[in-house]
Amino acid sequence: MHVNSLEVLIGLEVHVQLTKLKSKLFCPTPADYRKSPPNTHVCPVCLGLPGTLPVVNKKAIEYAIAVAKALNCEISDRLVFVRKHYFYPDLPKNYQISQYIGPGFTAIARNGYVKIFVDRNAKVVRIRRVNIEEDPGRIVYMGSIETSPYSLVDYNRSGVALLEIVTEPDMASPREARAFLEKLMAILEYLGVTDPREEGAFRVDANISFKGFGRVEVKNIGSVKDVEKALTYEIIRQKKIVEQGGSIERETRHWNPDRGVTIPLRSKEYEEDYRYFPDPDLPPLRMNRDFIERVISTLPELPDNRIARFTVQYGLDEYRATVLVLNKWLADFFEDAAKIYNNYKKLADLLITDFLRWINEYELSPENLKVKPLHIVKLLRLWDEGTLSVKMVKEILPQVVKEGIDIEAYVTASGYVKIIDRDYLREIVEEVLRENPKAVQDALSNPKAINYLIGLVMKKTGGKADPQITRELIQKALEKLR
Amino acid sequence: MPVFKLLQEFKADPMKIFDYLDVVYRVIDSVETKVRSFITLVPQDAIFKHVEKLMKEGKERINSMKIFGIPIAVKDVISTKGIRTTCASKMLENYIPPYNATVIEKIVNEGGIVIGKTNMDEFAMGSTTETSAFYPTHNPWDLSRVPGGSSGGSAAALAAGEAPLALGSDTGGSIRNPAAFCGVYGLKPTYGMVSRYGLIAYASSMDQIGPMARNTMDLAILLNVIAGYDPKDSTSLPISARDYVSLLKELMYKEPRLRIGLVKELFENSSESVRSSAYKAVDILCSYHECVPVSLPYSKQLVATYYIIAMAEASSNLARFDGVRYGLKISFENRGWDEVYSDVRTKGFGYEVKKRIALGAYILSIGYRDMYYIRALKFRRILKETFDKIFKSVDAVISPTMPILPPKLGEFFEDPLRMYLADVNTVIANLIGAPAISIPIDFYNGLPVAIQIMSRQLTEEMLLYLSMQLEEKTGFRNIIAEVH
Repeated sequence: MHVNSLEVLIGLEVHVQLTKLKSKLFCPTPADYRKSPPNTHVCPVCLGLPGTLPVVNKKAIEYAIAVAKALNCEISDRLVFVRKHYFYPDLPKNYQISQYIGPGFTAIARNGYVKIFVDRNAKVVRIRRVNIEEDPGRIVYMGSIETSPYSLVDYNRSGVALLEIVTEPDMASPREARAFLEKLMAILEYLGVTDPREEGAFRVDANISFKGFGRVEVKNIGSVKDVEKALTYEIIRQKKIVEQGGSIERETRHWNPDRGVTIPLRSKEYEEDYRYFPDPDLPPLRMNRDFIERVISTLPELPDNRIARFTVQYGLDEYRATVLVLNKWLADFFEDAAKIYNNYKKLADLLITDFLRWINEYELSPENLKVKPLHIVKLLRLWDEGTLSVKMVKEILPQVVKEGIDIEAYVTASGYVKIIDRDYLREIVEEVLRENPKAVQDALSNPKAINYLIGLVMKKTGGKADPQITRELIQKALEKLR
Repeated sequence: MPVFKLLQEFKADPMKIFDYLDVVYRVIDSVETKVRSFITLVPQDAIFKHVEKLMKEGKERINSMKIFGIPIAVKDVISTKGIRTTCASKMLENYIPPYNATVIEKIVNEGGIVIGKTNMDEFAMGSTTETSAFYPTHNPWDLSRVPGGSSGGSAAALAAGEAPLALGSDTGGSIRNPAAFCGVYGLKPTYGMVSRYGLIAYASSMDQIGPMARNTMDLAILLNVIAGYDPKDSTSLPISARDYVSLLKELMYKEPRLRIGLVKELFENSSESVRSSAYKAVDILCSYHECVPVSLPYSKQLVATYYIIAMAEASSNLARFDGVRYGLKISFENRGWDEVYSDVRTKGFGYEVKKRIALGAYILSIGYRDMYYIRALKFRRILKETFDKIFKSVDAVISPTMPILPPKLGEFFEDPLRMYLADVNTVIANLIGAPAISIPIDFYNGLPVAIQIMSRQLTEEMLLYLSMQLEEKTGFRNIIAEVH
């Protein structure tokens, strides 16, 4: 069997911190720990001091229900927490309060799906389950994990509410994994339950295997881009092993983003026994339908609904609608612009191509853009009127994106438009040359006489023509006459 | 002097608190070396300073306090801010909690004075107070015998006159067993009635803090202080507070006739000496109330079920003791964390604790959990259903508290299974979450014997009522052992 015909199976376990919560999952300590010095953002409960007890943050449950609904999951009517036991220094109680599916307990939600687009093709990734659990603390290494002579523990993060979203192994390529994660992040952003850009708020464990071979888990990847890179790396690494006739052992690996490689953490020859049992400190709660329905009724418009609406309301195809909607701010920008400009397709195209490219190029933060929808609409209008050519639009767009300039005022004030429109200037130049054969003759014999022709073009354009371009165009025209 | 009388005196003249504390500390000075009820004793001058501050509270505030100026001995499993809380373990020998358990907050708020932390079986695992990592406590009625456990220090302190009130905790009988062996009153309340916040967990689904005292009314007074919903404990019952002192007085006035079930298997289990004493209580109660025999066909499974659940939960609850954040410190220098953890837990825990953690981990592991843990849960449910039925036909059930008299120190070490089996009568209440009280009923060859009464959830007032009726007949009220 040739390695390239091997089927790739990718399943993801995504850990999402509910950063928009006011407090941690089981204690009143504020959830936003990031600016605090190590081990100062803690209380007896999240430090696991003897005798302390957890009390569940109800808002976290509401957020979990919202996410589960957005992922098209079946939501459990019982809320049960289990203890997952393992010894590790970042885990204060040496067990994690989590959820699991087993006798007498279940996850908050299961059996959902997410629709993604890859290469303009739609695909469905199934969601196995959604868990709600507490985040452990953090191990801090001196330098890297491999070279650190010792490690330190910071419990500030301990007890922060996490959702664990587990997919079925439905993705067949790193690009699909990336598309899934981008869609997931968009959903979370729409729900307003997390800011996935916060450091450590979005962490992925990726399971990857060739069908029929051992499964490798790459733990704790910190960004969508890194997931794609790590999976790509793993496919190449595993292919090489298979090509050389080796076998792929089941193992857990760590992604080193600096070196761009995965390194073995520990071999996983057997399923670890976490000795799950229902947490006796947290009696099972009935989640009655009214409660669930109430949470669902307050959900904002979700990406899938918005995509559908964009196709109907603006006549966009699903691909364009998806690109817009998955960038929530861009979709908002689009809708603001669409209120005063009705060539929706032209608007969408500009936004999802050059506009988005320059935003990324300049690394502009979508929250405080200087460019407003009106700036883009004015640009499009001048383009529609013929005042600006395609080329000019493309030339001027970077500045509009970066500075948010009012293009109409800019045109009037600087005459920048005519300076750069070569097509327009070429016409003027040809006109001037036709009308002044004498001056043309002079210029052909004496290079300095070209200035007179430039002056004539300037006169015709009200002084707005770019002398440099004008000179260039006249020289070219004269060349042809020689 | 009973607490309700002390309260009247203290409120009339707060200076009397100092006199009383002098008496208490003098008793402690004279008996403590023999009985060893305490692990940590708060020095008298520190207590005096605390009382001086307490006296500065307004008159109105003082009058409203439920235990103004009353010293309390607290089992060393309950977290006390600034007072070390050891669980009688090397693991926590130097651990000083930065927070108070909810019950301690309530006690302080009601004017109570924590005078010390009492000895116990290590992490409440034991029935004799002999598994304490520091020293065993001796039974004040016979120093060669154990005081029972695991709240042995609290019971002994009461019996020896070292404190008028005490707190214990009860997971499978740990309040009632030592109360019985020491001739004092002990109540395990309904699960969820007293907050567990700050109680260092042994088996979370059964642990419950409860009052211990030398008479029934004092028990009711302390219950009033500690009971009530606590938002910090998710297993706490969301019910409004009730006044058990008034309820008790009301029942004593009305004297309703109740139906009482005699659990025949639990009498048959008991030794001859215990049985004959226990029947004295039956005679007293049945001369007024209606008594009927009830049958509990599963006495064999009770102890097994209890220990499986308790050990499983204990193995989880005790996982946090790793020496990183608190407790026994062993250097990490040049050693892996797992090696240090193993060292800390080897040196920090005693034999009985290690045994229960190991068995608990085994019980929960894949391949065995169905055989042990899941089966135990099933039996627990059956037992609950059985008692739901029993409590439809009777108001309370009665049995001996302990099937045996207090054993000699060291006696149970040779036969741990016998120690476990001695819990058969008491574990029921913890498994089903019901309240149960231990009431001293007799002395057999100078050794206390007690009966246990159990009733449906949240009917503590009924237990107090029956206890008070017995107390009036037996006269076992405020008795203190002469320690020789």
